Amino acid sequence: MDVEAIDQILEIHEYRHSNMIAILQDAQALDNYLPEEALRYISEKMEISLTRIFDIVTFYKAFSLVPRGKYTIRVCCGTACHLGGAPQNLDQLNRLLQIQDGETTDDRKFSLETVNCLGACALAPVVAVDEDYHEAVNAGKIEKMLSAYQEEE
Amino acid sequence: MTRITEISGLEILREEILNKRSKDRTILRTCISTGCKAQKSLKVVEALKTAIMERGLQETVEIKKTGCHGFCEMGPIMVVEPQNIFYRKVKPEDVGEILSTLNGSGGVVERLLWKDPVTKEIVTHERELPLYVKQDKNVTYRSGKIDPADIEDSIAAGGYRALGMVLNSMKPAEVIHAVIASGLRGRGGGGFNTGVKWKICSDAPGDMKYIVANGDEGDPGAFMDRSLMEGDPHSIVEGMVIGAYAVGASQGFIYVREEYPIAIEHLSLAIRKAEEYGLLGNDIMGSGFDFSVQINRGAGAFVCGEETSLMISIEGKSGMPRSRPPYPAIEGLWGKPTIINNVETLANVPLIISKGADEYAAVGTDGSKGTKVFSLVGKVRNTGLIEVEMGTTLREIIFGIGGGIRKGRSFKAVQTGGPSGGCIPITKIDMPVDYDSLREAGAIMGSGGMIVMDETSCMVDVARYFIDFLMYESCGKCVPCREGLKQMHQILEDICEGKGEEGDMETLSGLARFMSTASLCGLGSTAPNPVLSTIRHFRHEYESHIYDRKCRAGVCKNLFEYRIDPELCNGCGLCRLKCPEKTVKGEKKQPHSINNSKCIKCGICFNSCKFGAIKIT
Repeated sequence: MDVEAIDQILEIHEYRHSNMIAILQDAQALDNYLPEEALRYISEKMEISLTRIFDIVTFYKAFSLVPRGKYTIRVCCGTACHLGGAPQNLDQLNRLLQIQDGETTDDRKFSLETVNCLGACALAPVVAVDEDYHEAVNAGKIEKMLSAYQEEE
Repeated sequence: MTRITEISGLEILREEILNKRSKDRTILRTCISTGCKAQKSLKVVEALKTAIMERGLQETVEIKKTGCHGFCEMGPIMVVEPQNIFYRKVKPEDVGEILSTLNGSGGVVERLLWKDPVTKEIVTHERELPLYVKQDKNVTYRSGKIDPADIEDSIAAGGYRALGMVLNSMKPAEVIHAVIASGLRGRGGGGFNTGVKWKICSDAPGDMKYIVANGDEGDPGAFMDRSLMEGDPHSIVEGMVIGAYAVGASQGFIYVREEYPIAIEHLSLAIRKAEEYGLLGNDIMGSGFDFSVQINRGAGAFVCGEETSLMISIEGKSGMPRSRPPYPAIEGLWGKPTIINNVETLANVPLIISKGADEYAAVGTDGSKGTKVFSLVGKVRNTGLIEVEMGTTLREIIFGIGGGIRKGRSFKAVQTGGPSGGCIPITKIDMPVDYDSLREAGAIMGSGGMIVMDETSCMVDVARYFIDFLMYESCGKCVPCREGLKQMHQILEDICEGKGEEGDMETLSGLARFMSTASLCGLGSTAPNPVLSTIRHFRHEYESHIYDRKCRAGVCKNLFEYRIDPELCNGCGLCRLKCPEKTVKGEKKQPHSINNSKCIKCGICFNSCKFGAIKIT
């Protein structure tokens, strides 16, 4: 946990309780998840109960209490992507990576998540690997898509 | 940079900006919005920059990084101005050739032009594209034309002019009157009269008032708000300042989904620039009016698009809705009167002021005025963002602008309004699209997502999809929504797995009545709409799932099989190679067959067969 960085975040948001969501978002950006010790530290510094923080962290889907992989794969499950074959793409990712939605591979390389809609519906079905959006994905293309990230070391 | 300290300063600045611009420059309008960026448009921009430097064209050619042009599927999009040449699917290696045509020879790079997939006709100019010809761009007019990161570009294109008019010569009550007279209704889903909402807030007692722009576009299949926030953020800021002036608010919030990083970036920049130019903050344009805006990022909760949840989220808590009344216009953020408008609604406000309410209201139908932005996606040929007059028929939108259905398949339904909306069948294709007609057909306008479905879309699966979506997004506070969705989900799941029973449809309808009456917020009360509208218009599909155990669309895995038509199969072997479970067998150049006991229905063979030999039975 980077105490200095968290202090800085709290400073920017003026320790305001109304900025709690933004504080947690910024804190999560440090390690791509929210470690328990960071939450305990924020709770103490902000004088806000850990229960309240836990309530927020578990309510909003963007927060993760467990470490994520190097790459986060987000399968867009918006309506246009669903019709275009997002469920089949998700199945194929489950098969190839041997993980389910919300899980991370044993080698901490990939985390798999679903997202309600990325707003890139004209390119459906979309699978995003971090900031790379892959358009018109079908189950047959996924292995090749993943290999580009697997080889990169 | 000049800070505007009096209202007349805006027009002076506009003149200055226009004068200092060279008239005979070529401008390459290149989209860097989400759709085009996903297709590597930033690499195109980089390549352009390098090539322009190498050729010494800095004085004559300008790259303009714009927001969404609308034809997202064709990205990266570039329009060469003033010739208005439309290039699609531009790659970094194409830029040299494009620049070579700019030396006065008047040539075009023909292979980058759009070709009609049906008539094979090549279209050179942006203004002649079928996707654009039939549109009526008002709210989205500047998106794709201006650089959203450059406030001067917005000002040059008329930005903040309406705000100047308001601060110069209109009383708050006059602004509210104009918005009421325009007939503007909320573009986010509810469809409530915007001016009336403002009036209620304005009349509410209290010295502290707030205005919130709702950019938490959660409906899957909708990206109008994203495009607007990315492509023309100043129109939203301007609409907010006008609204704040009208109701007497001094603080504003823009709530944007975290999934929209470019929108957040462009809005943040717009706010900062507007403050620098004296168009936001203290003493706006020297008028004595103070108003500031901050951005709140959503954190992935669909329910936060609902206004009471959204307010609670801004207050820094878990966004669970509360009952209304009291309405936010009377008791909102921190208990103070608060206006919550969708971002597209706010972007309409400057248009109303600059055109005048009468002219604005001359467009549209009796109950629905102006134009509406839709995201036209799904199984339609031309997908993208469109803006049409209220009252345009579905046929004109889907078959005119959208160019009909892909792959020669037939139209089955169009889904509007997201998870609160419904599916409209072919029999209603000539229906005018406005708030009231859509409601009558069992759908809603919603925020403007329009998802077109063809014969490969299963309507029971669509209902299940939305119920599934809502079940995960229900905050769980009230029983009807939490438990009702769970029960509906189980029944639909059973139907899709071939375990449906007689009476299921009646149980679903009963649950729907209970949920719509007793749920706490709009999420729960409108949640049954996708089920009700599909039962109403596609009852036969439910029946064939329940009684015949068949999914004719080939979606519900337990209810269909793939079969290779030996007449059409030429034994190319592609499906055999691609099948992940090795269930396809056959000799080269001989018809293949599928071992259905091992098939996992991944659809890879179906999608890869070039001869249409794989059938759904």
